[in-house]
Amino acid sequence: MIYLQLFWEFFKTGLFAVGGGLATIPFLYDMSARYSWFTKEELANMLAISESTPGPIGINMATYAGINAAGLPGGVVATLALVLPSVIIMILIAGAMERFRDNRIVGSVMKVLRPVSVGLIASATLTVLRVAYIQEGTDLLAMIKWPALALGAVILAVNLKWKKLHPVVLIAIGAAGGIALGL
Amino acid sequence: MKKYLALFVSFFKVGILTFGGGYAMLPMLQREVVERRGWITEEQILDCYAIGQCTPGVIAVNTSTYVGFLQGGALGAVCATLGVIFPSLLIISALASIIRRISHFDAVRHAFAGIRVAVSVLVLQAKLRLWKKGVKGPAAIGVWLAALVLSAFFGVSAVWLVGAAIVAGLVLAWREAKA
Repeated sequence: MIYLQLFWEFFKTGLFAVGGGLATIPFLYDMSARYSWFTKEELANMLAISESTPGPIGINMATYAGINAAGLPGGVVATLALVLPSVIIMILIAGAMERFRDNRIVGSVMKVLRPVSVGLIASATLTVLRVAYIQEGTDLLAMIKWPALALGAVILAVNLKWKKLHPVVLIAIGAAGGIALGL
Repeated sequence: MKKYLALFVSFFKVGILTFGGGYAMLPMLQREVVERRGWITEEQILDCYAIGQCTPGVIAVNTSTYVGFLQGGALGAVCATLGVIFPSLLIISALASIIRRISHFDAVRHAFAGIRVAVSVLVLQAKLRLWKKGVKGPAAIGVWLAALVLSAFFGVSAVWLVGAAIVAGLVLAWREAKA
């Protein structure tokens, strides 16, 4: 019963992959070794595709892996199984947070937790910047993707000039610029 | 009923405009959920990300569940989460059969490299806004810098950093109570 197997494997992944979509990757490698649902090479392709299609990367990976394993129903089962543990856990936490919102101890914890959270987001932002602007190279000047940097500067300028512009417009400019510059 | 539909639609929009991991979702969340709908504050987004990083699962799902719960209880949480995963289901299943072939086209590769640049600008700006909201005063700047350096340059897991922050916060509360 492949759907049950898919559900169980992705439920476990959702339950034990702590720290976001990329944390699901080791679990998927493990699956590729134990089942014939997809190969390691397919997994690498999947990662590249998930990074560049809309939707959070962890969800895309589950959908694609499920479809590879058992067609469209497989994709639906894998995706729902992946999110189920988070939904249950977050509903419990959100309920508790709301009840203790005005509690002084929770207030103190949040005072420390918020700068840490911003620091972690900054760290992830560095990764995003590295992927967009840095390539393999021998010296610093050769490592910077200059056309990408120029495109980034243009997008930033556009966004600062027209502040109410929808992000999708900037993504479209990025896609067009990427093709025009051959990034 | 209207509320649940609104949650689904808003998170569908957030999901379809997210290219990459949960962090790429940040600018879309700020725009749709904070500015347009006014469902939560930027501070609450920060709490959400902190919790999302040390609880199991995909951060995008943790965040949508949290916001959905605040707006419409457990059913709201389910509606928001279904909204955020629906674009993936649609797009990936539509592309699954041809995906390996089109990802080799040069134009597609260039377009995605450009999209990554646009996303980097959006994420950087979102990050600056959160910095202004969540990091106030020299002590907070110190904590922020420590978390950034430990995570980015020493590869310390978010689970440990968030755990340490919770312990530090408890100590702080205990000392304030004694004083």
